[in-house]
Amino acid sequence: MADTKTVAPKEGAGTRLWNWLTETQVWKSIFRHDRPDTDRTRVLVMLSNVFLHLHPVRLRKSGVKLRYTWCMGGLSFFLFLSLTLTGLLLMFYYRPTLEYAYNDIVGLREHVPLGIMREMHRWGAHAMVITVWLHMFRVFMTGSYKPPREFNWSVGVIMLVLTLLLSFTGYLLPWDQLAIWAITVGSNMARATPFLGHEGPGASLLRLGDVPLIHAYDDARFALLGGSFVGEGALLRFYVLHCVGLPLGIAFLMAVHFWRVRKDGGISGPL
Amino acid sequence: MGFLKGIINALADPRLFFILAVASLVVLVWKRERIAANSVGYGLLGVLTVFFVFGSFDPNFRLIVTKPDNVPIVGLIFLLVFFTWYSVREGVLNDRRIAAGKGPIEKEEADRVWVWPDLVYTEMISLIVCSVILIVWSILLKAPLEQPANRSLTPNPSKAPWYFLGLQEMLVYFDPWLAGVVLPSLIIVGLICIPYIDKNPKGNGYFTFAERKAEVTIFLFGFVILWVSLIVLGTFLRGPNWNFFGPFEFWDIHKLEALTNVNLAEYIWVRGLRTGQPTFWLTREIFGILLVLFYVFALPVILGKTWFKGYYQKLGAPRYYVGAFLFIMMMALPIKMLLRWIFNLKYIVAIPEFFFNI
Ligand code: HEM
Repeated sequence: MADTKTVAPKEGAGTRLWNWLTETQVWKSIFRHDRPDTDRTRVLVMLSNVFLHLHPVRLRKSGVKLRYTWCMGGLSFFLFLSLTLTGLLLMFYYRPTLEYAYNDIVGLREHVPLGIMREMHRWGAHAMVITVWLHMFRVFMTGSYKPPREFNWSVGVIMLVLTLLLSFTGYLLPWDQLAIWAITVGSNMARATPFLGHEGPGASLLRLGDVPLIHAYDDARFALLGGSFVGEGALLRFYVLHCVGLPLGIAFLMAVHFWRVRKDGGISGPL
Repeated sequence: MGFLKGIINALADPRLFFILAVASLVVLVWKRERIAANSVGYGLLGVLTVFFVFGSFDPNFRLIVTKPDNVPIVGLIFLLVFFTWYSVREGVLNDRRIAAGKGPIEKEEADRVWVWPDLVYTEMISLIVCSVILIVWSILLKAPLEQPANRSLTPNPSKAPWYFLGLQEMLVYFDPWLAGVVLPSLIIVGLICIPYIDKNPKGNGYFTFAERKAEVTIFLFGFVILWVSLIVLGTFLRGPNWNFFGPFEFWDIHKLEALTNVNLAEYIWVRGLRTGQPTFWLTREIFGILLVLFYVFALPVILGKTWFKGYYQKLGAPRYYVGAFLFIMMMALPIKMLLRWIFNLKYIVAIPEFFFNI
């Protein structure tokens, strides 16, 4: 058992303030347990707090070590939360139409004093791609995908794909040269989808007499872009996916992921 | 100075770059006992730092490395080098303990600690550190914004977002249906399959190398070499027309690279049999098709009876075949690279009639 640590400073004005604060009616109405400085209250704080209850009450020592987890799963989650917050703020300013999109971004950079929301969102997104990769790397190197955690690894892979798609759809939104050409290069691949892309192998076999079933106006790329090139349709589609569809999907999977970390016996360790 | 830059430019050539990357993986695995020393890890980071500082005095290098969207990849290089070294080191340290009969260090850390305060505080500190880094980064570096979108003005080079540049680099060797659709899908499927194929019960929940030699080496090859190092190549070393440019080289749009790639069919019919290529596609491509069918369907069976016999017996037929198929698909990339570099081979099977080129 871990030795008991005292959370609040031992004496002085700080302690007195802390002790007084935690005895007030307001505090006690919010936190239904005493200060977490005994074994009993440390259990209670975990069980009675909706945010903390994702955690177990106790966990193996290696689980809290940077050496073991590299904190990369936690950082991915934190970056996701901060992206949600900054993204929400950006949505106040940004309108996904050909007319406004670019100008709204210009406005964000020129007219918002000290504005760094766009930067926080963009760099946070790049960082999240990196932390998710490193998280996967760590999980592999510690063999943590082995039974009973196989399924959670699979959930993780899908979240990795969703992370990349989130980043990819977001890349289009500033509607500058960087954006549309990166998405053009990326989405051009879809026209080579076997059978479903109009330049994909096998697509020319799908025809009714002389009429080809798969052409530039109904193939996989068209479905992705809502058009035959990166235009208005693509902007709206990417916006909706970026702000609603994909975040909901990944949040749902995160709930499953965290639940499974707990149910599979907590952070992995040797038997 | 110029001489040194010339050497580095030459070493960065895609062929050498790739071969050097593979060579460093081989050295890492082979000499891991030595590499596990702390001095090696710090040394690696030091060398990288010196390289970037030295490079930043060069205008061409500075231009490409400080492009706002490329900055995270510089970070990725440092992080990846560090964590690759680190995880191998942890594995080696544990292997030594296991060999001495002590069990991995994680075993000693198996007793439980309180989440409050131990974990909650660690989380809070990481959260604060991460926020500070993110905010400072955001203040120092503005998010890029170029000219408004213009469909009639194609930039050269046109690059996908950086995390897909490994795939874009594959386009040099494979057509879009493979590089952009089939192989990425197989990467996803392959990753999901890993836990169901790998039946080795050892090395679950602790760093180790000795107990999972093949698994770790294959993963490092796929992730560090094929995925990340090709991203680095695609980001920093590919310029206009997707031509290769050394890190200290000026991105000249007019740089010409001789394209003399030849299809397998031409090698066989024109240069080998000297009959000229048959007009009917099936006859023309029959050798390539047989070769591909052999590679995909016969090779796993043959390997299962020879080299990989041990795996076949350990894993059983379904696991072995899925695993061998995925492995063979992964190896298709380096094999095609080598064929291109050595024989200037363009396509093994080329049926443009059906957009079917391999
Ligand atoms: C959106 C991205 C993701 C988030 C937010 C996330 C979050 C987390 C967190 C917080 C943990 C707890 C332990 C730790 O921090 O290492 C964890 C564990 C785990 N994650 Fe993820 N993860 C993500 C993506 C992935 C990916 C891509 C994979 C694998 C392909 C994966 C596989 C796992 C597995 C197997 C565990 C259990 C590890 C153990 O018990 O040691 N996760 N994840």
